[in-house]
Amino acid sequence: MLVVGGGAAALAAAIDAAAAGAAVRLLDAAPPALLGGNTRHSRNFRYTHDAPTRWTPDAYTAEELRADLLRASGGAAAPALLSALAQRSGELPGWLGAQGVALQRPAQGPLPYSRKTAFFLGGGTAAVRALADRALALGVEVTPSCGAHALVRDGRRVTAAVTALGTLSAGAFVLACGGAHADPVWLARHWGQAAAGFVNRGTPHVRGELLHWLLAAGAASAGDPAGLYLVAVDGRSPAADGGIVTRIRGMPLGLVVDRDGRRRHDEGADTASTRYSRWGQRLAAYPAQTAWLVLDAAGLRAAPAALYPPIQAASIDALAAAAGIDAAGLAATLPGYNASARPGTDPDAAAGWHTAGLDPPKSAHARPLVEPPFAAYPMRPGVTFAHHGIAVDARTRVAWADGGHLDNTFAAGMIMAANLIPRGYVSGLAVSISLVFGRIAGKEAVQAAGRIGADHGSH
Amino acid sequence: MGSVDPDKPGVAAETRRQLAICNICNYCNGLCAVFGAAERRHRLTDSDLDQLANLCHHCRSCLYDCQYAPAHAFAVNLPRALARQRWQSYARYAWPRALVGALDGSGLGPGLLAAAVVLAFTLAVVLAVPAATLFGVHTGPGAFYRVVPFGVMSAGAMLSLGFALLAIGIGVRRFWQATAPAQRAVGQGGRGTAAAVGRAVLDLLTLKNQSGGGPGCADRDHRPSRLRRRFHHALFYGFLLCLAATTVAAGRHHLLGQPAPYPLLSAPVLLGTAGGIGMVIGCLGLLWLRRREDPAPTDPASRGADVALTWLLLAVAATGLALLALRGTAAMGLLLAVHLGTVLALFVLLPYTKMVHGAYRAAALLRDALQ
Repeated sequence: MLVVGGGAAALAAAIDAAAAGAAVRLLDAAPPALLGGNTRHSRNFRYTHDAPTRWTPDAYTAEELRADLLRASGGAAAPALLSALAQRSGELPGWLGAQGVALQRPAQGPLPYSRKTAFFLGGGTAAVRALADRALALGVEVTPSCGAHALVRDGRRVTAAVTALGTLSAGAFVLACGGAHADPVWLARHWGQAAAGFVNRGTPHVRGELLHWLLAAGAASAGDPAGLYLVAVDGRSPAADGGIVTRIRGMPLGLVVDRDGRRRHDEGADTASTRYSRWGQRLAAYPAQTAWLVLDAAGLRAAPAALYPPIQAASIDALAAAAGIDAAGLAATLPGYNASARPGTDPDAAAGWHTAGLDPPKSAHARPLVEPPFAAYPMRPGVTFAHHGIAVDARTRVAWADGGHLDNTFAAGMIMAANLIPRGYVSGLAVSISLVFGRIAGKEAVQAAGRIGADHGSH
Repeated sequence: MGSVDPDKPGVAAETRRQLAICNICNYCNGLCAVFGAAERRHRLTDSDLDQLANLCHHCRSCLYDCQYAPAHAFAVNLPRALARQRWQSYARYAWPRALVGALDGSGLGPGLLAAAVVLAFTLAVVLAVPAATLFGVHTGPGAFYRVVPFGVMSAGAMLSLGFALLAIGIGVRRFWQATAPAQRAVGQGGRGTAAAVGRAVLDLLTLKNQSGGGPGCADRDHRPSRLRRRFHHALFYGFLLCLAATTVAAGRHHLLGQPAPYPLLSAPVLLGTAGGIGMVIGCLGLLWLRRREDPAPTDPASRGADVALTWLLLAVAATGLALLALRGTAAMGLLLAVHLGTVLALFVLLPYTKMVHGAYRAAALLRDALQ
């Protein structure tokens, strides 16, 4: 059987299939050093557990996971897949341990409290290496730097994949090669000129060739092609693969202005980790998809560490000039904001400061920006994944738009995650979907290949 | 002899650049103490970098676990950056300053110097001791001292080791002062300090930070392994057993009036034999790993010094074992000279080899435990 992709879903499918005795070949578009898709950038995964485990405090039941996903997706998660995820995610820590993937115990280092997720020791890149080692030990033939861009189909059966190494035939196929959001042409089709202002936070190799081939051939789609999960990142980030460290996090401590120097949203409304994606989504609508987080010296001291140094200047005018913000606009915004800042009941509590009579308001942390030097971080939307992919059933069979499914071709990971999250997100979900449905796809593919082998034998 | 510029520009800046990325990412904070400490020392001053570099046990897992490792544009290779920073820190705090140049990362200088000391000492013994004595068979109490008089042996050891301990002590004291936190930890009373000392000692004795957070370290390639930690334990505890053997022997000599050599089933011989075998196994294992390891996470500039020290320790242990095996034969005189020469070379070079890493590591672990 042939697995296309190199992240958690592809590796899980390859491992379970090879362990079941199948001859497996895995193709990954990335060079060997970058094997692992966007799992390389991941940190934790969500799983159900009825009692505390070594890796996660408290309990997280299947019912809670179901409720969280329904809430996040606005009730749009496909029920059969949701049930499979809720049932099977609890197996993941044990399964990962058996494959040689180490998890981090909360006592081993300062982890954010999470009763819903477990953390990979050393992060997703460590997990990918361990899974790849396991796959190789099981005899999986791993071919890096080789993507597939088309399939050869005979009715409901796929017979071969067209790859950089030529046409490769197989008895069954697992497509675990992610979404399409690294393809600028595809992004531009749905986002127009704004797409040019986006930064890709992950691997540049998820270009959606097979996804688009399947849709053109008649496969059913899931989710919304214009739905992107965006996070606010530094505008100076690399074009791809910036991962976790490029995020801009200090929005509540300052003002976020557009290139005209105008505020558009309440920076104090959301101080939780949900602010990253909230701002990412907003930035997509900013002129040139760019904003600046403006801080004074006090705000900069309190702000979380950032990858790139801020643009700094002694005055607001000089800051505007250095950053490329309209100086008159910024000069008009600052005094109005400063004049409207009011302390809460305890003036020493920064969170209690808020604006009065300002539109839009700043409802928390609204201290006047008065202490030079002033600082600015350019911000852009960072594409994390797309809420769009191939429709599948709970067995991960690729669904056809006119009904029915492909017999021997299965999709797992972010190429089908939109069945579960056509919108919204909860932390650690992507890796869970990838592992759970990768394993299901691997098992299904083994059975499908066996059926095809039996058919051929009987002819 | 190659020299080290303790303030070589660029090294600290590169270490700081990489750790700043680590402090935002933090995915590795379960691997060892470095990442939590880097967060607490987020200003990453020059002495913060030295503290973190000496806290690093060069487990290397963080290179293979890093999403920003080369070929990524951020090119984070923290094991190499910290190894480079660590080697420079030895020079930065070394005493006396005039001898800083002896910290030669290539290992060539110290290697040649050690060979010269061994050769010179052996030659001196050969020239000073009549052939009939040197190549005679000596047994019974005081046999060794008929070849090398007790006064010469103990004075040489005391002077060389005394100076080495003084030099290392001053260096570590400088390091300790430089790495003091800007703000004194609150509520750190006598009991807290005792607990911190206990933690640091335990971490030092178990090499807890050389476990990759549990599964093991990247000894040869990215796959977790416990080999390097085990070989280091064999070397370290072998070395301690040899020190114990010497201490027990000194006690028997001075307190009980029983000069060496001692019977095979005596405490000094048993301790020394076990220690010597441990050291040989540890050194051979570490040298074997050195030949097989992926060079990516190591610092090419100080790798030679590492290898040179391991060979010197191997020479000390192997000649000691050979002396024990052949002490009843005519070869004893010459073997004693060579063995004492290697010990003298080790003591003389002690403050200017990688041997100082133990002292700085202990100080860094204690500093970290106190925070």
